Amino acid sequence: MYVSVRDRPAGPDEAPGRRSRRVATTVVLLGVVSLLTDVSSEMVSAVLPLYLTAEIGIGLLAYGFVDGVYQGVSAFVRILGGVAGDRGRRPKWVAALGYGISAVSRPLMLAANGMAAVTAVVTADRLGKGLRTAPRDALIADASPPGALGRSFGVHRALDTLGAAIGPIAAFALLAALPRAYDAVFVVSFAVALVGLAVLVLFVPDRRVGAGTARPALREVLRAAAGPRLRRTLLAAGLLGVLTVGDGFLYLSLQHRDDFAAMLFPLLYVGTNVAYLALAVPLGRLADRIGRARMLVAGHVALLLAYLCAAGSAGGPVWTVLTLVLLGTFYAASDGVLAALVSRLVPAHAKGTGIAAAQTVVVLARFASSVAFGALWVAAGRQPALLGFAVALALAIPAAGWLLRRVEEER
Amino acid sequence: MSGLRLRVGVFAGVVLLAVAGVVVYLRQAVTADPDGHTPAAASVDTGVAPVVAGAHVVFRSTAPGDGYGRVAVVPVDAPSGPRAFTPASCERVHAVRGTAVCLVALRGLATTYRVKILGPRWTPVSERAVPGLPSRARLSSDGALTATTTFVYGDSYASPGQFSTRTLIGPTGGGDPVDVEQFTLRVDGKPVTAVDRNVWGVTFADDDRFYATAASGGRTWLVEGSRSGRTLTALREDVECPSLSPDGTRIAFKKHGDLPAGRWRLTVLDLASGRETPLAETRSVDDQAEWLDNDTVLYGLPRDTDGSASSDVWAVPADGTGAPRVLIPDAWSPAVIR
Repeated sequence: MYVSVRDRPAGPDEAPGRRSRRVATTVVLLGVVSLLTDVSSEMVSAVLPLYLTAEIGIGLLAYGFVDGVYQGVSAFVRILGGVAGDRGRRPKWVAALGYGISAVSRPLMLAANGMAAVTAVVTADRLGKGLRTAPRDALIADASPPGALGRSFGVHRALDTLGAAIGPIAAFALLAALPRAYDAVFVVSFAVALVGLAVLVLFVPDRRVGAGTARPALREVLRAAAGPRLRRTLLAAGLLGVLTVGDGFLYLSLQHRDDFAAMLFPLLYVGTNVAYLALAVPLGRLADRIGRARMLVAGHVALLLAYLCAAGSAGGPVWTVLTLVLLGTFYAASDGVLAALVSRLVPAHAKGTGIAAAQTVVVLARFASSVAFGALWVAAGRQPALLGFAVALALAIPAAGWLLRRVEEER
Repeated sequence: MSGLRLRVGVFAGVVLLAVAGVVVYLRQAVTADPDGHTPAAASVDTGVAPVVAGAHVVFRSTAPGDGYGRVAVVPVDAPSGPRAFTPASCERVHAVRGTAVCLVALRGLATTYRVKILGPRWTPVSERAVPGLPSRARLSSDGALTATTTFVYGDSYASPGQFSTRTLIGPTGGGDPVDVEQFTLRVDGKPVTAVDRNVWGVTFADDDRFYATAASGGRTWLVEGSRSGRTLTALREDVECPSLSPDGTRIAFKKHGDLPAGRWRLTVLDLASGRETPLAETRSVDDQAEWLDNDTVLYGLPRDTDGSASSDVWAVPADGTGAPRVLIPDAWSPAVIR
């Protein structure tokens, strides 16, 4: 990937010949910011369970519950971040605030060793993440030519995922070199987050988004984000999201089936991320060609196949790896692709809000799905629950395809 | 573009500052180690034998330095004096004379966890994998049985992201352990079959009977377990991490009561009368208590002053009187060998 700070961000006016080879500098810079931030945050989350039980003595049961609740809170902050970015028309600074809050939460981790303090620090991190996501995606959409949105988001998500893969490795390398040096993990994590924040503040162009000079009214932003095409997309995303079993549950299912998976639980995340990393750019480009809505639907077919692989009675490494590859394919075909799709469906001055709305719908739908799937697992067992969700998803995919038909046609 | 030059300069400054900060911090962390290491390394092996000949406490030393995480011993009559370090390192340890159970975390990209049985020389005589983060470990009083509790990701299906426990009981000498969650749990005579059942914190009465905590649907119970009958019978509600007194008449445990989530009050239950006595320790205790003798309860508390990973073992009278005192500084997971 070619990076030069002297490059001007690619706009719609960029020469078509160059467009096919290069991704806008802004996108790469935002990818680097996400990479560094993910290294930072994944360093902490990789060691957090161990730190809490082995070093601080906090019950994980209590922590896990709080964590679940704050995932929900972060979904609402996301909307706030999207609207704030659109209304101020300076999404960069809303994103910077989000990254800043997360960065500042790292050194606070050093001082936190009660349940309440740890909860507060983790909450700050989640709030920061919720706040920054939508304005950042709006910046990516704004800096990319419409025909290459899928690729741009693919590049960003690949860098982001690379950071998520490096983080745990860095943390455990540190712990191996300095046993019990959790404080060192937090300090290094803070330093990395700070550099990421500096890249954002110093180098990402502070682009005004939207046309005209007037600050758009809140009502106008919300109305623009609630257009019929977006509404149908949100409905489709919600429908598919409600049937998207959290990867934690899929891993748990693999763990229950294969004993080897139980011992290598964290490697399952790595496996999925490797597949995601490898496929984010190619599938993003493919989405630009065949249509992002179509790619989104196809991604859920991969998810459906992942359910079937995880539900099968035959265990073993081949099926486990196949499940992870399919799951990675699903993320590569859905996460960035949805943002790319939505950013084309709303007017420029409501991009952040539109993207935030779609992501919030997905987060809430998946939260509901986790609760429903958990209940079904308890009531009916692992295999019937997975097969039940597979059948429902098989019915929902054509329905979503119907909702999304012609959604990408130009007005 | 002079603006760009300025920004590159500022960026270089930030990177330099970040790198320098990390280097300074790490160097200070590395050089801080030898300070704690002197007393730690001095008494390996030679000091252990005389201590374990008498009544002693086995624990995980959390004093900073080389000895961090190592199993150490102190005489019962001089608990805050110098400690003797064994060669073993454990996250959680419990011991009887001649045998210890040791839960270890092998940190890596995929952190794995093992339970080791240590012989009289503190070297592993057997070991096997356990699923998840070490939480509790117990031996029966003759050392014949071992119970371990570890945290496993998400066994409690109802709440996304929630963690859960797995408790295994097995013969110390070898043979497959059983998952206590598979036992029939009865509450008020009725079997509880909910899949969200969880069992943790075993304390042995003899080589068949034991007490533990069972939970389902947000409620917890003190259960009396039988290995031969494969049953868990609920005795009373809101008892976590029980620990049976040496005379077998009382149980020290964590009581949640109406405290905020994640907080517990150390309490003693008289098994015959059912009377509960809250102990003088008012800080929240998240540990499986241990009995120093029939009148004193021991427990670990993380140190809240220096924000570090250290902890102390405290002692408090078992009858609700008196005040807590530090028995062994820089220690965790005590086991008393009388």
